[in-house]
Amino acid sequence: MTDTLSNLFLGFTVALSPDVLLFAVVGCVIGTLVGMLPGVGPLAGISLLLPVTFGLNPTTAIVLLAGIYYGAMYGGSTTSILMRIPGEAASVMTCIDGYAMTQRGRGGAALTIAAIGSFIAGTISIVGLMLLAPPLAAVALRFGPPEYFALLTLGLLVLAFLTGGSMPKALAMAALGLFLGTIGIDLMSGFFRFQYGLIELGDGIGIVPVAVGLFGISEILLTAGQETPPQVQKPKLRDLPPSREELRAAMGPVGRGTVLGFLVGIVPGSAHIISSFVSYALERRLSRHPERFGKGAVEGVAGPESANNAAACGAFVPMLSLGVPSGPIPAVMLAALMVHGIAPGPLLMQQQPELFWGFIASMYVGNLVLLILNLPLVGLFVNLLRIPYAYLYPAILVFCVLGVYSVNNSVVDVWIMTVMGALGYVLRKFDFEVAPIVLGLVLSPMLETALRQSLAMSSGSYAIFVDRPIAIGMLAVAAVLLLLSFLPTLKRGSGWRRTLGLETET
Amino acid sequence: MTFPVVGRGSVAGLTRDRFAGLVLAALAAFIAWETRVLPLGTFREPGPGYMPLLTAVILGALGVVVALRGGGPALRDMSWSEGRHAAMLLAACAFAALALERIGYRLTVIALLVFFLGVLERKHPLAVAVVTLALAFGSFFLFSDLLRVPLPRSPWGF
Repeated sequence: MTDTLSNLFLGFTVALSPDVLLFAVVGCVIGTLVGMLPGVGPLAGISLLLPVTFGLNPTTAIVLLAGIYYGAMYGGSTTSILMRIPGEAASVMTCIDGYAMTQRGRGGAALTIAAIGSFIAGTISIVGLMLLAPPLAAVALRFGPPEYFALLTLGLLVLAFLTGGSMPKALAMAALGLFLGTIGIDLMSGFFRFQYGLIELGDGIGIVPVAVGLFGISEILLTAGQETPPQVQKPKLRDLPPSREELRAAMGPVGRGTVLGFLVGIVPGSAHIISSFVSYALERRLSRHPERFGKGAVEGVAGPESANNAAACGAFVPMLSLGVPSGPIPAVMLAALMVHGIAPGPLLMQQQPELFWGFIASMYVGNLVLLILNLPLVGLFVNLLRIPYAYLYPAILVFCVLGVYSVNNSVVDVWIMTVMGALGYVLRKFDFEVAPIVLGLVLSPMLETALRQSLAMSSGSYAIFVDRPIAIGMLAVAAVLLLLSFLPTLKRGSGWRRTLGLETET
Repeated sequence: MTFPVVGRGSVAGLTRDRFAGLVLAALAAFIAWETRVLPLGTFREPGPGYMPLLTAVILGALGVVVALRGGGPALRDMSWSEGRHAAMLLAACAFAALALERIGYRLTVIALLVFFLGVLERKHPLAVAVVTLALAFGSFFLFSDLLRVPLPRSPWGF
């Protein structure tokens, strides 16, 4: 413990040096802007700015990139809450209740709760990262392909199970997402699936055009042409602080989201995205009034926002302590360190203590900077709602096109966004939830790889999923969920999900 | 659960969910047909066609379940009042995809905004001009010039 504190002191002397502090602040500001802009998520933001870091020393480079990463986590909530457009994929779940709160005139409170929740989750998770990195990374290392397959299957079913509306419809959307995730070059055989002459599909369908299309474009299609245009909420500054009830309702979800997000974050995968989905599902399940979810429940904002920030910190555990990136964003940051001749791994703490502990300390500083930046600017963000919708939606459409195009500089992504917008519009008219499509798309490549690797390990025997206790445990829970969800259909009764408000009368 | 009465031979007489379920089942059948060109592998050693076919089977089965459960209003009773406007917005997005790398970012945005604000929303020409030029040039300056995001230019360098 004494060692940890003295190391942290060393870290703060590095993090509070003027140049590192400057780059932490710059990273946070850029990250917030990047997260706010629809389509330009943290991955795109970090990738675009990666060349800029080559001229910096390794510590300032990693501090700048980390600032962009968790700044984007903060900023991504803004457009989700105010316009139902996820700035980045992890904010998809925030759209649901955040936007509903905005429609009820509580957009400012939702933004404040998101900022406070993100700050608490980020700060606590850094303590976790600092203290628990080595042992937690060891646990994550014990996960093999069968455990990943079980975990991903369970995650998908949990989401569909706890999503509002009809369970078969939610599962159908998850299946559609899983199918979309199979498009592109098969990593294990090199086969190009569903090519249709488009080479750009080789890397698969991107999450950004799908998320922006399904959420952003479809929302505009549904609202822009209404005979009575949507009433623009114009909350006053004094309405921005959340009420005592809202704060009380947010505390539990923030705590649970923090723990859940951090634990999910250390498991390789698109952790920050999955954590927000699982947190939303958990909060809905635990709520005494699940019928409020989707209609502006504070818990639906506080939980996912805390979880995705905590997961962003958790993702650094395997990256820093083992040199194993837990997702595409840590992979890019890993590449940035390697450009500087530094190999992250177990020896990083010993060989580069200034970098490791400076980075940890800069995250504390960055979180504080983000809170100071975001809370006063909440009022500025709310002003976006004062723009008449007739002017606002064309601007959003332009930013959607710009953001989606700039990720890969590909018009194919703009086409995908357009098609997904049309699909999202029709699906929402037919009362389908679109969030499971996004999760299915994210999980599909991982799920398929885990399945095929597991079978390769066992020479084709499915017993590998039964022989491993963690895998069979998670698959058993998944099977129970599946059975419970179809029980109402089998009984042809009203079902207990409807009683709990998870399924509405049709 | 009640099973709503299907209209007399008319698609519009189907309930919302029954129609949606049938469409999902048809989509699943199409996906399954498309996977025929991919090596399926075996149950013990899945090939690249295995997962798409598996998802198609699951999608199809769930489509059938949704169709059997029915539910929702009759198709003919659904309101599509915003449909024409939505179709025009989608057409504008398609135009953006076609035009972006042909006439450049700024001209594409100008064309889009003139269409949205001038044609669809019938705003005052001066307001249309100000918003259009500010957004087209402002966003280009911010992203291309300041943030160095490569945005397409027209063949005339504009």
